[in-house]
Amino acid sequence: MSTLEIRDLQVAVEDKEILRGVNLTVRAGETHAIMGPNGSGKSTLAYAIAGHPKYTITGGQVLLDGVDLLELGVDERARAGLFLAMQYPVEVPGVSVSNFLRSAVTAVRGEAPKLREFAKDLKAGMDALSIDPAFAQRNLNEGFSGGEKKRHEILQLELLKPKIAVLDETDSGLDVDALRVVSEGINRFRATGETGVLLITHYTRILRYVKPDFVHVFAGGRIVEEGGPELADKLEAEGYEAYTKASA
Amino acid sequence: MGLETKPLSTLHEKASYDPADFDVPNGREEEWRFTPLSRLKGLHDGAAVVSGGGVAVSVEAAPEVTVETVGRDDQRIGKAYVPADRISAQAYAAFEKATVVTVPREAVASAPTVLTFAGGGGVAYGHTVVKLEAMAEAVVVLDHRGSAVYADNVEFVVGDGATLKVVSLQDWADDAVHVSHHHAQLGKDATFRSFVVTLGGDLVRLSPSVSYTAPGGDADLTGLYFVDAGQHLEHRLLVDHSQPNCRSNVVYKGALQGEGAHAVWIGDVIIRVEAEGTDTYELNRNLLLTDGARADSVPNLEILTGEVAGAGHASASGRLDDEHIFYLQARGIPFEEARRLVIRGFFGQLIEKIEVEELRERVMAKVEAELAG
Ligand SMILES: Nc1ncnc2c1ncn2[C@@H]1O[C@H](COP(=O)(O)OP(=O)(O)OP(=O)(O)O)[C@@H](O)[C@H]1O
Ligand SMILES: [Mg+2]
Repeated sequence: MSTLEIRDLQVAVEDKEILRGVNLTVRAGETHAIMGPNGSGKSTLAYAIAGHPKYTITGGQVLLDGVDLLELGVDERARAGLFLAMQYPVEVPGVSVSNFLRSAVTAVRGEAPKLREFAKDLKAGMDALSIDPAFAQRNLNEGFSGGEKKRHEILQLELLKPKIAVLDETDSGLDVDALRVVSEGINRFRATGETGVLLITHYTRILRYVKPDFVHVFAGGRIVEEGGPELADKLEAEGYEAYTKASA
Repeated sequence: MGLETKPLSTLHEKASYDPADFDVPNGREEEWRFTPLSRLKGLHDGAAVVSGGGVAVSVEAAPEVTVETVGRDDQRIGKAYVPADRISAQAYAAFEKATVVTVPREAVASAPTVLTFAGGGGVAYGHTVVKLEAMAEAVVVLDHRGSAVYADNVEFVVGDGATLKVVSLQDWADDAVHVSHHHAQLGKDATFRSFVVTLGGDLVRLSPSVSYTAPGGDADLTGLYFVDAGQHLEHRLLVDHSQPNCRSNVVYKGALQGEGAHAVWIGDVIIRVEAEGTDTYELNRNLLLTDGARADSVPNLEILTGEVAGAGHASASGRLDDEHIFYLQARGIPFEEARRLVIRGFFGQLIEKIEVEELRERVMAKVEAELAG
């Protein structure tokens, strides 16, 4: 059973302090929602955990089952069982979806999947997310609509089977049908009870499909309030004003 | 930079078989300013006299194709192309034997015809003519390897309705110097496909040019180069549209790595007054993989008619995108492999355009080897 432990994490971007001591523990079987206003540092938290070179860690620790992820390279963190579904997935010209996925699965599993098995898994994964099989031959994220990019993030989630998934606004830009399809993907991933989810969102909409166990309010680079699912409804009704004033 | 403002059409009008008609370059001329003259081993100033093992030409011809080794006085030589610079004229003045490849009228070559140029050390000059008569079709491979200081001219004469596909591979040893002109002359409705791959050599300067003698000509010039530390690989393209309704498309892509790796790409396209309905596009992209590498990329388009079907160019040199690498690594893919995927992606479908499977695999393997460092 896995645990992601974020301890007093402090992060700067270009000498500007963004995260000011984040503490959060995500255990296998749990789903945590992080909600907070624009610019409060939610994506910074996600990228910093994943190891994006733009973010400088100025203090704290991030432990996955006791291993300090901050000591590892980006690819090593992923192989250790961390997954980040990005708010804005990157377009990579010239690299096909299928080639990319096969490389990623090979890297994460430590051995190349049997071709036939991989093709079967890929097809099943795409079907489940209502992704046209033709996408396998397209360049990674290139020219994908916002919603198509998000579906592909969840496709990767399901194929790579990480221990802990950080989903950064996977719900934004999705229409109602896509939201349902994507939520079902996340729920399949959660169903084993052996994985933890950290779901970053602005809206309670997705939380009706993907029920969180805990809700954290993020403002000014730290968690300012915590509670159960009911907190999300309160935020929906009242907005973040109370928190942004307090943190400013 | 007074020279740069000179119209292309005047820049390229000089032509002569006699090296004495060209001044010895001093490096300040527009056409020489990127080339390190001191590394030409005397090809530009007459100091390089034929010596040593030279360059041995061996031939593997398709049954439909005739290949002859001929003397300087052969009437088929120098018909399509007049040397356009000092080294080209030097090569023309100094070659002893020429290779003439002929594909007869309406013949369709059933296999590629491969000319291998094997450098055995020393200085050599060469001349090659590839002539496709009307409606003929052939694939011709020029495979350069070994070590030499070598200057040559290649004339491709593509007859009416004929289709010539050429692959020229510059896979020289590290100390080789090669200066070459490839000129293609396209007849009515002729099709020319050129694929240039330049990987090896201390200095390679290849100038592919295209001219049209009648309407309907169609030229695709594709190039790929991989420049390592200390190498100077230069490609200078000239497409001279002087006939109506012809097409040209130039795509050259290169990757550079290491201290002193230097790529030069010049893409000159002239669309003359009479060349109405011309459709042309040229693109050069360079991927700088390390510090200390440099790419000079200069597309020039001179349009003298108001009636073009399409004319454009693009040039970009840049580094590997950190965001691309991050995304791949965030999915567990190790840095080196992520880099390989992105570079392969950069060269994209270029390699797949190589007609000859064996060659395609060889080029692929070479590029992979370059990537492995
Ligand atoms: N490269 C950068 N240079 C300077 N500031 C940056 C940079 N990247 C991010 N920031 C700042 O860091 C802060 C946090 O940004 P972040 O993207 O983490 O917010 P967020 O909570 O994810 O917002 P959103 O809800 O809009 O996605 C913002 O004020 C942002 O402007
Ligand atoms: Mg964000």
